[in-house]
Amino acid sequence: MTNQGRIAENIVHFARVLRRAGLKAGPQQVLDAIAAVEAAGFNSREDFYWTLHATLVKRHEDEVIFEQAFHVFWRDPQLLDRMMALMLPEIRTPDNEDREKANRRISDALFANEPNKREPDEPELEIDASETFSASEVLRKKDFEQMTAAELAEAKAAIARLRLPLDEARTRRTAPSARGRIVDMRATLRASLRAGGIIPLKKRDYRHRRPPLVVLCDISGSMSAYSRIFLHFLHALTNDRDRVHVFLFGTRLTNVTRELKHRDVDDALARVTAAVGDWDGGTRIGETLHRFNVDWGRRVLGQGAVVLLVTDGLDRDAGEGVEPEVARLHRQAKRLIWLNPLLRYDRFEPKAQGIRALLPHVDEFRPVHNIASLASLIEALSAPAATKPERRAA
Amino acid sequence: MTIPASIDETVELLARGAYVADRSLATVIFLALKMGRPLLLEGEAGVGKTEIAKVLASALGRRLIRLQCYEGLDTASAVYEWNYQAQMIEIRLAEAEGKQDRDTLGKDVFSERFLIRRPILQALEPDVAGPPVLLIDELDRTDEPFEAYLLEVLSDFQVTVPEIGTIKAKEPPIVIITSNRTREIHDALKRRCLYHWVDYPDAERELNILRLKAPGADQRLSREVVAFVQSLRKLDLYKNPGVAETIDWAQALTQLDALALNQQVVNDTLGALLKYQDDIARVQGSEAARILAEIRAGAQAAQ
Repeated sequence: MTNQGRIAENIVHFARVLRRAGLKAGPQQVLDAIAAVEAAGFNSREDFYWTLHATLVKRHEDEVIFEQAFHVFWRDPQLLDRMMALMLPEIRTPDNEDREKANRRISDALFANEPNKREPDEPELEIDASETFSASEVLRKKDFEQMTAAELAEAKAAIARLRLPLDEARTRRTAPSARGRIVDMRATLRASLRAGGIIPLKKRDYRHRRPPLVVLCDISGSMSAYSRIFLHFLHALTNDRDRVHVFLFGTRLTNVTRELKHRDVDDALARVTAAVGDWDGGTRIGETLHRFNVDWGRRVLGQGAVVLLVTDGLDRDAGEGVEPEVARLHRQAKRLIWLNPLLRYDRFEPKAQGIRALLPHVDEFRPVHNIASLASLIEALSAPAATKPERRAA
Repeated sequence: MTIPASIDETVELLARGAYVADRSLATVIFLALKMGRPLLLEGEAGVGKTEIAKVLASALGRRLIRLQCYEGLDTASAVYEWNYQAQMIEIRLAEAEGKQDRDTLGKDVFSERFLIRRPILQALEPDVAGPPVLLIDELDRTDEPFEAYLLEVLSDFQVTVPEIGTIKAKEPPIVIITSNRTREIHDALKRRCLYHWVDYPDAERELNILRLKAPGADQRLSREVVAFVQSLRKLDLYKNPGVAETIDWAQALTQLDALALNQQVVNDTLGALLKYQDDIARVQGSEAARILAEIRAGAQAAQ
């Protein structure tokens, strides 16, 4: 019985490690895990692994973290001892050798109580210190500039004015409606029982709903002047609507949807900056679109999603590989809208290879000549689609 | 039949149903059965998620109730509906007989007699063979409101019909939910389920599956087919071929009396394996030749 108690205790500690490493292993999962281990018994290490896995892992992405945490936690008794020691009030400093063995994220989770650990609120501290003065540092400072109350109010008002193309999509779900097209038999019958005589027909109609919105936003050097406005826009958008997915790309693709969900705009932006590693660098449109198509396309483009592509189309790889990827994106999306902030160009000419590859495959091309504020950005998006891209003869 | 008592028995049970499961899958199935929890299976299309529910139902001798999800799925087609035609006739008859009491008529018309049971309600009903297997297939195809509705059903195994009251299952059904992950399933629903990501099988397991599912295929052909498919999955294609495609391809090749792979036959039958034109164009020709050469070299090294 005491043995069982110890196992339960260890599972609780293990779940705590997983939580710090980012898994959502709540109290219910811990109880489940204990019950599962009791049900399955101890036959082998492998069974024990999969028993805990069945109850504590709820996302495919978390499997890697679980695997590493499991091996660190349940194999290395030394490390386990340290972990247990950390649970006690007195804190021992672990030597660095052991720490390096463990995966960084796991060790961060294991030793989160360590006094000299950097605070999660200022994750950029170390990186900033190690880097020399660079453009990315400038950007980060610029972005950390807090949003004033006036700006916040303006953003809210502006986002309320936003009308994206195809903003109302008919769903297959119905709602009661006086002039609907479908007879609501259930409501009609109930009404007939109440009234008698002539039965008034109750109607229903299809409900309308905003389709999912996927934003792919370029954050490379040539777009840096607008980064702050775009991030504010994306934050407002994510918190205003459901089913918004936001990806940032420069040389690689980062999904920042979860980071942007934090309600406080400055907090959310700090998290986004920490999550993205390629601020103000070059742009690899073909490569990043390929990653999106392969890793995310099927997961976020269902249910008639509208894609908003924000980029100036200037590509480091000189447009290589852009054409097939944007064509695929176009086929998967209900509507592909390209918003191009025509930075530093008074007269836009589709000369760059990337631009020429993109143009034939977008449904709507929306050039913006000067994004001075969130309002002007939203105006550009809400205006009726005037510019259908010119289709050049191949 | 009763549920298995250990993980080993679960492996045997699945094997009896001609399903080759690895240890991780057997563990999670065993726990789902033992703990009476719904099992959420995620994975790419064609890795055998739906098959698990079918095999479980037949191996346990339970009834399989399938709810195929689609956009706009509502309670009328998933849970219950009233039989309006019969209700109207009932009202008409009551009026003809001169019954005037509306309250009793209302109770009469909205009674279980006029209730049409849809899959979820059917799954809550007692069955002589034991609680049925409820397969909620491709949950990602439906919308969030339906998912929210499922929360009540899956945590308490009960359904509330406003006119009648709450209907609760005496014995909870075995619930298997599948998702192709075309969108994320909400965390609240995931919390109530045991979760498992069904991955592509490794070469050994895939060969075992092929032996069971395409017994007509030549031994050497089967080995080459599996090796070819396994290499394809490393290519970063848009849609990797699933196990279902492997079986299809092996059967197609058998129909063509092929005893081994060669470039001509691969090019001709690639459509059974790859379903995107971009992928086919990429693999057809030189890439296929390269993989074939690799397989040959691998086979020779093994000998």
